[in-house]
Amino acid sequence: MIANQIGYYSLTLGLIFSITIIPILVKNYNQHTQIIDKRIFSISFFQFFFVLVSFFGLVISFINSDFSNETVYNNSHTTKPIFYKISGTWGNHEGSLLLWLLVLTFFIFLFLIKSKEQPKKYRILTVIFQQIIIIGFFLFVLITSNPFNYLFPIPKEGLGLNPILQDPALAIHPPILYLGFVGSSIIFSSSLAAIVHRYISKNWAYHIKSWILISWFFLTIGILLGSIWAYYELGWGGFWFWDPVENVSLMPWLSLTALLHCILVLQKKTALTSWTIILSISTFILSVSGTFLVRSGILNSVHTFANDPERGLFILFFLFFLIFLSLIIFSIFNKNKSNNEFIKFNLISKETSILINNWFIMYFLSVVIIGTLYPIFLEVLTNEKISVGPPFYIKLILPFLIPFLIFMSIVPYLKWVKSEFIKVNVELILLFVLCLIISFLIFKYFGFESLIISILTPFTFYLFLTTIKDFLSKNQKNFAQKISHFGFSFLILSILLNSIFSSEVIVNLKEGEKFSFKGGTIIFNSLEENNGKNYKSIIGNFEINDNKNYSIKLKPELRIYNQPSIITSEADIKTSLFNDKFLVMNSVKNREYFNVRYQVKSFMIWIWISALILAIGGLFSLKKKLYEK
Amino acid sequence: MKNKILFIALLLFISFCLVVFFKSLNNSNVYIPDTPNKTVKEFKSKSLFSEDEISSEKILVNSDYYILNIWSSWCGPCRREHPKLMELSQNPSVKLIGINYRDNPKNAKNFIKKFGNPFSFIFVDTNGVISIELGAYGVPETIVLNKDKKIIKKFVGYLDDKSFKELNFILK
Amino acid sequence: MKLLKLLLIIIIFIINFTKVNSVENNDDLVNKISKNIRCLICQGQSIYDSQSDFSISMRLLIRQKLAEGKSEKEIYGFLKDKYGQWISYEPEFNKKTIILWILPILLFIIGGAIILNKLFVKKY
Repeated sequence: MIANQIGYYSLTLGLIFSITIIPILVKNYNQHTQIIDKRIFSISFFQFFFVLVSFFGLVISFINSDFSNETVYNNSHTTKPIFYKISGTWGNHEGSLLLWLLVLTFFIFLFLIKSKEQPKKYRILTVIFQQIIIIGFFLFVLITSNPFNYLFPIPKEGLGLNPILQDPALAIHPPILYLGFVGSSIIFSSSLAAIVHRYISKNWAYHIKSWILISWFFLTIGILLGSIWAYYELGWGGFWFWDPVENVSLMPWLSLTALLHCILVLQKKTALTSWTIILSISTFILSVSGTFLVRSGILNSVHTFANDPERGLFILFFLFFLIFLSLIIFSIFNKNKSNNEFIKFNLISKETSILINNWFIMYFLSVVIIGTLYPIFLEVLTNEKISVGPPFYIKLILPFLIPFLIFMSIVPYLKWVKSEFIKVNVELILLFVLCLIISFLIFKYFGFESLIISILTPFTFYLFLTTIKDFLSKNQKNFAQKISHFGFSFLILSILLNSIFSSEVIVNLKEGEKFSFKGGTIIFNSLEENNGKNYKSIIGNFEINDNKNYSIKLKPELRIYNQPSIITSEADIKTSLFNDKFLVMNSVKNREYFNVRYQVKSFMIWIWISALILAIGGLFSLKKKLYEK
Repeated sequence: MKNKILFIALLLFISFCLVVFFKSLNNSNVYIPDTPNKTVKEFKSKSLFSEDEISSEKILVNSDYYILNIWSSWCGPCRREHPKLMELSQNPSVKLIGINYRDNPKNAKNFIKKFGNPFSFIFVDTNGVISIELGAYGVPETIVLNKDKKIIKKFVGYLDDKSFKELNFILK
Repeated sequence: MKLLKLLLIIIIFIINFTKVNSVENNDDLVNKISKNIRCLICQGQSIYDSQSDFSISMRLLIRQKLAEGKSEKEIYGFLKDKYGQWISYEPEFNKKTIILWILPILLFIIGGAIILNKLFVKKY
């Protein structure tokens, strides 16, 4: 109960601090001193501190199952394991907004103390812009999404959290994802500040690079965790569905990746300045748009939070306020940048390759944005409802992936800034021939896929092999880049091979029955019943014998929860280096028989590992930069 | 000058997006597919009370209007709209036909026994395929046909007072 | 070099949309179609993924239609006819969706033009 009160008043205090800091910022801005007013540091700290206290207030309410708090009542239950009671704090709309505030306030404080060598006015402007965002979110929470609403009379039991959300990967998925999403707010604020201060230079790029890397790293891991959760929990062996909410996390990631590449140019040479700024602004705008789309009820998805038009309205107007603000600032202050842009790039140079890289990434980004938003526009304008799903994205992305991969394979062989001709390396040609042979063998043995995949395959292999070659080369420069590019090529390869080689069998079986298919036999041995913490479980004992009489046992489970009353299906997955064997069952006709799905998913684990490698490259780059200081 | 045009164009485009999103917030999310004037195709099934398979053509005869109501004993809203169906069955120009969706026959019969039978005939749709052929996707749904068996109106979900009024208006 | 790449993209694009015939049995076909059909009572799942009554019935219906000898295209047509465009995850290519399909490519071309402008046009 007290935790509730503390939580609420802390939040209000935080808001007060966030507003009172503004006049001090303005005054300090106009002063001649180069020193930032100490009060700004302390207020910024207290702003963060009180949001933290508020956050803990909510966590404690969840741990105590304090149902006088409406949020706890709606999303928790006394029988939930404590780990999930805690993670339930941010597994709902109100709590997740507290997480937004936490990251927003933490990052700006961190920025203040870590940016001491930067110009004072630029730092103050950054804080001002960030405060605008912070105040907006404080108001959003306190007006429309208060996590500390009172319920009276106090209910004896909560409405429980969806058991599908009781999963370790999903528990840490929001905090990590938000560090990425919300972290890009600093990039937004600082780039607006940099425009106003006319500080878009090598120094600024070098300084903001850390923030971009941090945001990018967490966003990558966050998306990876989401996919892992979907694969293990949702029970149908997929890891990416081009679901609107997934797309919404992909958009800032694409923008951020493009930005990361641009900043690598900008830190060495004053070029691509306007474009870098546009990307910096867009990334955060995409994050907030994502928040809007997911919480407003506009999108139809497995992941959506509870719909509430009032909240949607608030974020909508706040979002467009930010967009208009950025547009106006950009147009007013970005005037004489053209002087810097007149440096003509050498045709074959790092800048050109970054431009082309961005060109493709922006294309992929536009496909995702258009695919996700088009149905909304169409419905408003013509009252017609259409669905845009995987076939659309695959058809538009795959063909462009091919030149993109070719391009990536060639790029490392260009030198920084100046370059002559691409040295045609005999080694490279031999590698490519090798890839053609491998691809040909795959299709000869496994059958011909679609034409596009057939062409994609040798190039995917080629990129993979060239990135390995780079890795092993004597030149140890750009180590972080090599890791990330290797991770990326490996990721594409794993996904490609996974889609070519995976297979599945679906059959309805009664206990004791068996089913033969091309790869072997599924035997449904028996059923057993158990009682878990807050559910009753029914486990199927299956045996899969393959044609070489090698057999594995799989035990998929059905869980019958009491609060809320849901039945979930837990797949049993046996992972090996080469594939995952995936078995899931669902009851049909009141457990008369079971719909059994057996899938062999090739190279599944490499998808996760390669994505991790991709992210780690970013970490190396960050470490190198912090070390250099 | 070029920049000014770009700026204004962007401003207009963003405002346009704002308006679209604003409007879409107010749109309802319930999807009711448009089925303009489709004739119901023949389907066959057994009745709830006998084992013989009968064609819909034999049942959908001799009436100005037909109402197909998809229901189940396990469906709460079906229970709630049942009194309205009883009232409808009194209307001489309407033939009320039930389609028992994915149900246990014993439970269905008990339901009818307990709450009354408004239907002149009940088809059994054990696996739901008949309902899907009719373009329905859940229970309850009420489909209004004219005497040529053309679909003139579909009510998805429970027949609330407003829908019931509308239904009666159509039947005049 | 860039022209070559553009040509490559165009060729690949055209190839992408040509269909390749491969032998598929009925089971695989049911799954393939199911992955592209939306479960109307679920929140964003295909009838392949969902275990709802509606999805199970739909899969049965698709299987029946395939057994009757209907082609994949006919089945999509039948379902879209009954339930509207929304049920299919692949948007059609018609007057209303032309922007959907063309716009990304248009933007790509415009982007390319801007880059070419930047690289080849001398600025003073």
